[in-house]
Amino acid sequence: MNIKNLADLRRIKEQVKSETSSRRENETQIIVGMGTCGIAAGARAVMMAVLDEVTKRSLRNVSVMQTGCIGMCQKEPLVDVVRPGEPRITYGNVKPEDIPRIVSDHLVNGRVVSDLVVARL
Amino acid sequence: MEKLARAHVLVCGGTGCSSSGSKIIIPALREKLQAKGMEDEVRVVETGCHGLCEMGPLVIVYPEGVFYVRVKPEDVDEIVETHLVKGRTITRLLYREATTLETVPGYDKIAFYKKQKRYALANCGHINPESLEEYIGADGYEGLAKALDMTPEAVIEEIKASGLRGRGGGGFPTGLKWQFTRAASGDKKYVICNADEGDPGAFMDRSVLEGDPHRIIEGMAVCGYAIGSDEGYIYCRAEYPLAIKRLRNAIAQAREAGLLGEGILSGKFNFDLHIKEGAGAFVCGEETALMASIEGRRGMPRPRPPFPANSGLWGKPTNINNVETFANVPSIMRDGAGYFASQGTETSKGTKVFALTGKINNTGLAEVPMGITMREIIYEIGGGISDGRNFKAVQIGGPSGGCLPESLLDLPIDYESLTRAGAMMGSGGLVVMDETTCMVDVARYFLNFTQDESCGKCTPCREGTKRMLEILNRICEGMGKEEDIPLLENLAKSIKGASLCALGQTAPNPVLSTLSFFRDEYEAHIREHRCPAGACAALIGYTITDKCRGCGLCKKACPAGAISGETKNVHVIDKKTCVRCGECQAKCPFNAIDKS
Repeated sequence: MNIKNLADLRRIKEQVKSETSSRRENETQIIVGMGTCGIAAGARAVMMAVLDEVTKRSLRNVSVMQTGCIGMCQKEPLVDVVRPGEPRITYGNVKPEDIPRIVSDHLVNGRVVSDLVVARL
Repeated sequence: MEKLARAHVLVCGGTGCSSSGSKIIIPALREKLQAKGMEDEVRVVETGCHGLCEMGPLVIVYPEGVFYVRVKPEDVDEIVETHLVKGRTITRLLYREATTLETVPGYDKIAFYKKQKRYALANCGHINPESLEEYIGADGYEGLAKALDMTPEAVIEEIKASGLRGRGGGGFPTGLKWQFTRAASGDKKYVICNADEGDPGAFMDRSVLEGDPHRIIEGMAVCGYAIGSDEGYIYCRAEYPLAIKRLRNAIAQAREAGLLGEGILSGKFNFDLHIKEGAGAFVCGEETALMASIEGRRGMPRPRPPFPANSGLWGKPTNINNVETFANVPSIMRDGAGYFASQGTETSKGTKVFALTGKINNTGLAEVPMGITMREIIYEIGGGISDGRNFKAVQIGGPSGGCLPESLLDLPIDYESLTRAGAMMGSGGLVVMDETTCMVDVARYFLNFTQDESCGKCTPCREGTKRMLEILNRICEGMGKEEDIPLLENLAKSIKGASLCALGQTAPNPVLSTLSFFRDEYEAHIREHRCPAGACAALIGYTITDKCRGCGLCKKACPAGAISGETKNVHVIDKKTCVRCGECQAKCPFNAIDKS
């Protein structure tokens, strides 16, 4: 690596900032239910799909988080999407192949994927 | 493309946390994550010091920013399975406020951090100190890039405008020092970073070097550009092996990236650095002795003038600053002087790092704006005095400083106010003492230190500190004479006035300040052969009262075999054999042993 000028420094900075974006709690969040029920229903594969999608789209300022059981075990795997200033949306019976739609439509563009919604908090 | 790690686990790898076990935790975490197939999802990062060393090893889990303290290797499984897999916070590992005993999950909500303004320590604990990229990600080297676009004179003006003063103790205005070195005539000039941190209880420089080494390199490079120097030395004591290792690594990275060496940032500025390991002599923190040591001579001070700015290392103009001073430079250059100058008091700008040690709940490092009171540091950040005892005094400024009593706790701290109170800023070591500390004994401790570390070149320091120490030893043993106090004061005056360097000139300060605030304790030792704090072994004795049930625990605990007595009968301590260690009192279940 050879750094020639301020522009080089800024370019590296942007890259590192995106790699370390998980070192802060961002306002936009996607949360996977990882209680025993969630894991049994396949939440882990859903989580991997979320990470793949977020990486693929180089999404910054998004926190990928987990949570425990919220009591709606029959609808697991549950995935919540939180966007600043908007209600928290819970999706149920999520399969890994639903993730690209949830990420692109809702997380990025703010359009709720209504056929998968189970609750609005 | 590397997969985005959804969680970053930051484990403190500073000297404090390494010694309390983080060296084992880091590989254990990686191994467990691998076993779970989560090594791509979760990144484990070894960082520098977070400052709350008392609670180490510290582990912080992001994105939530959950702060786990005193983590043991056996907690690793739970952190991975409960927190990283299921997303549940592990309550029992959370930090508890020393004062309220409430658990606090978030890093930024802990009282220890809330009052702090981390400027020099901004990156410590938040980045991987062995990664140049992470430093750049935290705005690193932008200050240098900006400086190289300015004229050297403008850089010096910016530093002057910030009001930055030397953080090593003296408090000399940094910009002015740079200006003097720039103005000195000579084709070869040097920049030196004084990393010979030696005050008992001080470890702020070590933490910066270990936690953010690139910051020092950047600060020194800016200085080199400003004064017209192409070569620098970092004089770091060999007792800081981790700091030296990280510095060497950082220097190599900076060279490879073209941030050190020839044509920095493809311009005309050349600058390179060497590390010189010191052997740990306290006097080598004195600038002229330090330079003698770099030159390969015995580390002894010489009279000034000439000042290093005109004739320093190998007789060339040299600018020498302390680690914390250089640590402030990159941000001042990057953000301009305004923010720094807006912090602190009229004469002392910016923030200062203090090392909190002694009888305080939150031992560690705290960076606060100048002008804060000692009470805020000790009670709000430090969490108060440990073991529910009462505050007695705080020693500030190391062996050159003084002890401040409770009546001065509300003094706003800056260079001038501390000097007026008979202490000094020094490097910022704070040793907090409670009611069980004897102030004569404290003065004796520091005198013993300076006497030991005196280089012996000038008589007042070499002989004077020895005589003062003899008198203090005598007082602590109960053999003090009435004329000892005026004799101490007289000696102190001569040593202060006639010593060659700051070591001797300030060595009597601990005695003078305790004499002015705790004179009654000296008098009690001398006149009544009594140590009011019950600390001086020669002046205390233990006796067993009739509360004794004859259980024999004290007899077992006594290392000197001084206790005798039949079971179920009151025991007796033989005063001649007793070594006054207090073990018996600690063991007695019936509170039957009195100390007098």
